Amino acid sequence: MALLEIRHVTKRFGGLAAVSDASLEIQPGEFFTLLGPSGCGKTTLLRMIAGFDVPDAGQILLDGVDLAATPPERRPFHTVFQSYALFPHMTVADNIAFPLRMAKVDERKLAARVAAALGEVRLQDMGTRYPNALSGGQKQRVALARALIDRPRLLLLDEPLAALDLKLREQMQSELISLQKDVGITFVYVTHDQGEALALSHRIAVMNEGRVSQIGTPDEVYEFPANRFVADFIGTCNLLDARVMALDGERVTLNVAGLGTVRAWSSRPCQQGDRGVLALRPEKIQLDRAPSSGGEASHFLGTIRGQMYLGDVTVYKVEIGNAVLVEALLPNSTARGARLFAPGDQIYLSWGYDAGRFIHDG
Amino acid sequence: MRRLLVWPPQAYLIAFFLVPTLIMVASSFAWPGEEGGLSSFWVRDAQGIHFDLTFDNYRDIFTSRLFLVLFARSLGYAGLTTASCLLAAYPLALVIARSAGKYRNLLLLMVIVPFWTNFLIRIYALMIILGPQAALARILNALLDWVGLTPVSLLFSPFAVLVGMVYIYLPFMVLPLYANLEKHDPDLLDAARDLGAGSWQRFWRITFPLSLPGVMAGSALVFIPALGAFAVPDILGGTRGIMIGNVIKMQFLEARDWPFGSALSIMLTLLALVVTGLAAWLARRKVGAGV
Repeated sequence: MALLEIRHVTKRFGGLAAVSDASLEIQPGEFFTLLGPSGCGKTTLLRMIAGFDVPDAGQILLDGVDLAATPPERRPFHTVFQSYALFPHMTVADNIAFPLRMAKVDERKLAARVAAALGEVRLQDMGTRYPNALSGGQKQRVALARALIDRPRLLLLDEPLAALDLKLREQMQSELISLQKDVGITFVYVTHDQGEALALSHRIAVMNEGRVSQIGTPDEVYEFPANRFVADFIGTCNLLDARVMALDGERVTLNVAGLGTVRAWSSRPCQQGDRGVLALRPEKIQLDRAPSSGGEASHFLGTIRGQMYLGDVTVYKVEIGNAVLVEALLPNSTARGARLFAPGDQIYLSWGYDAGRFIHDG
Repeated sequence: MRRLLVWPPQAYLIAFFLVPTLIMVASSFAWPGEEGGLSSFWVRDAQGIHFDLTFDNYRDIFTSRLFLVLFARSLGYAGLTTASCLLAAYPLALVIARSAGKYRNLLLLMVIVPFWTNFLIRIYALMIILGPQAALARILNALLDWVGLTPVSLLFSPFAVLVGMVYIYLPFMVLPLYANLEKHDPDLLDAARDLGAGSWQRFWRITFPLSLPGVMAGSALVFIPALGAFAVPDILGGTRGIMIGNVIKMQFLEARDWPFGSALSIMLTLLALVVTGLAAWLARRKVGAGV
């Protein structure tokens, strides 16, 4: 049975639906991420799980039991806030001991458990400090230790790394992964950063305008986006208007505007004549000076219109025909790779038939 | 240039706080003048001109039971006023700080509105409200009569002084408390709740300790003027409600013994300093220990 089940939950603020008809299940031990742009309802959904907001409709169940009547202080969940929300008038040790004191744990047993919790987040010597004497990363770790000390059933994390700079964020990401593995607690993680979601999660729920757009593993949502929004929001994607001409199981033959016939996969069943988009990731497109000879690949002649050097890769904007602009990406595997092509060059684009995804509208 | 810029506040402090206090200290060691005021520190007599000061004023304070009793009583009144103001103001400040923007300004305005009426008029109004002909005294005495007790007078009693002082000083407690509570990060209360704290524990473990600077500021703003109050006890206290402030006023305006009035006033200042210093030290220790 799922640890936490969200059934058709809706929440309105004023007339606006922050979350509408959201349903998902979270399995024990999972690192589950709610991903979406700001205003998509992910934080509202998290606050409803924590109990701070009450759903207008639908249910939230823990082990199959409805939580509607359980206030936040009695839910076996803890939250790590974006602002960390450390108590400024308490030492690090007192902050971490707070949940134990609330649970009336014997004061004599407190010290050892606090010391162990400090060790878990590598802050052994910081117990007597006050939060304002800590760095951002240290505050983050105190917030984690405080939320994990009494081993909640669920740890809710609301954009916990958003306030950290890039290097520290990457370091905290790997720490979070190992911490989650060590303590074995189910994490529900809210972020707007798709890279972070892909790197950390077992499964991701992509949210848009209050609705759950797609739920899947990181590679599922990246490789098989269920709709135009997911394809566009996660990573970079060329989206070209297309229509289904012929079907062969999951393989479809498309008529793509400006390109003509392209073969692709469809993750959902579709019918001849369906309209939608061909979703094509830039890194799946090969660029060559001469036409390559691949059996089932699609080939087009194009002109380089622009390039952007990003260090590890170079992104090219290529015009096919005289209207369609696609992005292609080449890894800079050699020092000269960075300037392989120049604007104005005529080059051949190709991609395997399984590189393109057909996403149909509606 | 920088030195010039920091001068005005310092000059202000020296002109309006330090100099008057020093004058008071000096005059508390002087002899009274013949027609009031002070006599000169420099005395001309048979031996020539020499410097003359006296400790008599302080000796008189410490050897008279009356003045010590008055100091103690003033301390009691000021303490009770501060505690009552705190009890009344805290919930009010909390409600204002947590209400939505438009109501918040309206509520704040209502706290300040009484200031628009003259202080004396407000106290005279209380005199009528507490008077023997007013509904309050009539109902109370009817009840006392009903249970078989002798009727009491609300006016001209320590009770009337306390009511008057709490009424007058309440805004001085509400405003600093509000200013503090309004700045609290609501995430802290959410976090405490999330970690298992009920509403009572959220208040005592988070809100109250974080509001201690506001409690201290408000208490000082109420306690210090309340300690030296004279108008409220003059009007509402009768003979039983007299405070040290009344005696100081009497020394200056009626007895015309300025040096003795100065000495009493300096003692009052020291008393206020000691009490507020002690309170600040206790509060810091309590917060510092993590509560």
